[in-house]
Amino acid sequence: MPTISISKAQSEYDVIIVGSGAGGGQMAYTLTLAGIKCLMLEAGRSYDVAKETPMFQTGKDAPLGGSSTPDKNFGFFDATIDGGWQVPDEPYTQASDKAEEQFKWWRARMMGGRTNHWGRISLRNGPYDFKPYSRDGLGFDWPISYDDLEPYYTKVEKLIGVYGSNEGMENTPDSPAGVLQPPPKGRVGDLMIQKHGKKLGVPVIPIHRAVLTQPQDGKKLAPELHPDNPEAQKIVEESMSSRAACFWATDCGRGCSIRANYQSTTVHLPPALATGNLDIIPNAHVREVIVGKDGKAKGVLFIDKTTGKEERVKGKAVVLAASSGETVRILLNSASGDSIANSSGLVGKYIMDTVGSDMLGQIPAMENLPAHNDDGAGGCHFYSPWWLYKEQKAGKLDFARGYHIEISGTRSMPKGNSPVPSHFFKGLYGTKLKEAARRYYGSFVHLACRGEMIPNEGSFAELDSEVKDKWGIPVMKWHWKWSDHELNMSAHAQKTFAGIFEAAGGKGLYDPKRDPRKAILRGGEVIHEVGGALMGADAKKSVCNEWNQTWDIKNLLLCDASPFASNSDKNPTETIMALAWRAADRLIEESRKGNL
Amino acid sequence: MPLIGSSKNHGKETFNMNAQDQENRLPRRRVLQWFAAVAAAEGIALPAALAQTTKPGSTGYGQDPVMAKSYERGEVWPLTFTKVEKTAALALADMIFPKDDMGPAASEVRVADFIDEWVSAPYPRQQGDRKAIIPGLKVLDEDCRKRFQKNFVELNEPQKKAACDEMAKGNHFFHVFTALAAGAYYSDPRCWKALGYAGNIPVGGAFPGPPKEVLDQLGLVQTVL
Repeated sequence: MPTISISKAQSEYDVIIVGSGAGGGQMAYTLTLAGIKCLMLEAGRSYDVAKETPMFQTGKDAPLGGSSTPDKNFGFFDATIDGGWQVPDEPYTQASDKAEEQFKWWRARMMGGRTNHWGRISLRNGPYDFKPYSRDGLGFDWPISYDDLEPYYTKVEKLIGVYGSNEGMENTPDSPAGVLQPPPKGRVGDLMIQKHGKKLGVPVIPIHRAVLTQPQDGKKLAPELHPDNPEAQKIVEESMSSRAACFWATDCGRGCSIRANYQSTTVHLPPALATGNLDIIPNAHVREVIVGKDGKAKGVLFIDKTTGKEERVKGKAVVLAASSGETVRILLNSASGDSIANSSGLVGKYIMDTVGSDMLGQIPAMENLPAHNDDGAGGCHFYSPWWLYKEQKAGKLDFARGYHIEISGTRSMPKGNSPVPSHFFKGLYGTKLKEAARRYYGSFVHLACRGEMIPNEGSFAELDSEVKDKWGIPVMKWHWKWSDHELNMSAHAQKTFAGIFEAAGGKGLYDPKRDPRKAILRGGEVIHEVGGALMGADAKKSVCNEWNQTWDIKNLLLCDASPFASNSDKNPTETIMALAWRAADRLIEESRKGNL
Repeated sequence: MPLIGSSKNHGKETFNMNAQDQENRLPRRRVLQWFAAVAAAEGIALPAALAQTTKPGSTGYGQDPVMAKSYERGEVWPLTFTKVEKTAALALADMIFPKDDMGPAASEVRVADFIDEWVSAPYPRQQGDRKAIIPGLKVLDEDCRKRFQKNFVELNEPQKKAACDEMAKGNHFFHVFTALAAGAYYSDPRCWKALGYAGNIPVGGAFPGPPKEVLDQLGLVQTVL
């Protein structure tokens, strides 16, 4: 990916964008195609997807067969570079030494950030999800409605390519006709859970994921996305035509050298660079936003990690899209640590993750199945959208919000670990062991609850008053708390999963009645870190307005998930992109009026 | 897996087992969670005390290893088996995964080298397994000398089988060794057929889905047309 060093930077840009992931990538894409000059700062190194992605490597090729280590937390082939639960030189701290009160912070210091390895699950928030407070009196409403964001969900889906189906289910929006790519066929685990979940009233339908199942029709899509902009159409059409459809092999988490799935580095950044309006400086560790005496953002101060020197770049507007935690950190460290955009006192408050609570089950009917290629789209094909809205409304459940279920079979490539839990062949060796491995392989299904966490006073981040990173910048200190809503949701999910496995004639491998505090994943572990600079309708009670602009500094925009006023069960990435595109359109409009 | 959360209750071994399943699975989110669990269980930094127990290399491959290449066992940190340990591991691995109609012998796919690389790795989980494997290989030979006056590798087939039958009753070392050998064995594409894994090949057009015989066996109907 072409990048520049600070010595080649222009003296001033229209917009400085901090971060190159879903939000930063979308901003760069939309702004540069409209002729706006942007400088992007990425804290990690550049990354060449075509050359660096381990597309067909097997366990034979990798140290430890590719299994996870403290260096590569999700396995050797995970696309994350210079990242994980810990990043050298950049510590973070916890306010509590109790595990359930801690937040695990996944960071990726690389071009494209966490979009390189993410699950590609691309769900729209539904109408309820923008007005949760109005529905049940908990949390906060967004200052926008589904109708405000709907056109941008559609644009994003056309641009990145999302497979799925329209099922017309409650608070689970359909996309307009012709927008979604066809969903892939169900795999054996998907179809089993679909068939047997029905007995419990659990619906199972195709999920939406950012993977091309057919070549993208750039000729049709580019003019739809960029009417009246022939140059943008040409660039986008060319980019779309150079992407291939999925060939049903290799995990999406490795990244995709044929660009069949979405990652910022393959979908957002190439067309943005093709405009000639984007410069990117890698290894740029941002310390603060520079604010002028007039109260406007003037640029950004960063550490060039290649030299260790402080550098300054100027822009007429500044976009922070560094991840919720990092964006909050930059805001708090700005004004020499006095913080900016914080007249509400709410910067860092109400950080949310997704409720995770999972179970592995074994289904005897699936033993000894005929060998077949089950790789599929490199991620989920089917899921269960939340199905108990009516029961919840009637007060029949002891938690207020919903969860969806992500389904994963286990006929995948063995990579360093035993492909069957070893207690299934305990005491066996020789041909009998091989027969047991063959028998049980693929007979397990994993069900994952991914649910809505309600923002609470006990989950927030602040600057640590003592600990600093390698460059002397104060680090984040995390506070975490689950409420009974999340714990009860986890217990409900465990019970549901055990019931589904039983309905399929199998058994969950964990006790569904175990302490929900143990069954729930740790805060941050689902890597859906959102909030910390919430958007709202009232400047006193929120950090951003509906256009992702901070109330205090109008030319400072937050375009990652930090402005999320709630964290529905729908995975956040598509909403990050839709909000960013909407914010970018607004910025373009202001720019044309001469207000930039 | 994150289960992880749950599996923490069940002790480390169960935990690792669960982690294994997930590792295979692609579904990003859950895989993430599983690995997360593993990472949590393993701890994030390498404790100095553990590092010192690894004789040679004590640094890992770091957070930015070249991924798109094929590594040799021993390329990223030195292998540490002594000749005696390697000899015993080779012989034992071939008893656990012998050549038969289902697939090759462990020695043909270098299972012992994989286990050597594993127990030589400077990471907490692997260092934990090292504590079972290195003394276990020694005790294996000691027990065989007491019983048969020979090291394991020198035993004839019935004697090896007798030794394995004894360990299979509940020897911790044997169970850990078998689990590592299974991870090693099935990581090699030559052993995928024995397992029933048939992927990692590009397929053109739409995803075909499970074959009819699989659907029929389970009484399933494909619902995406």
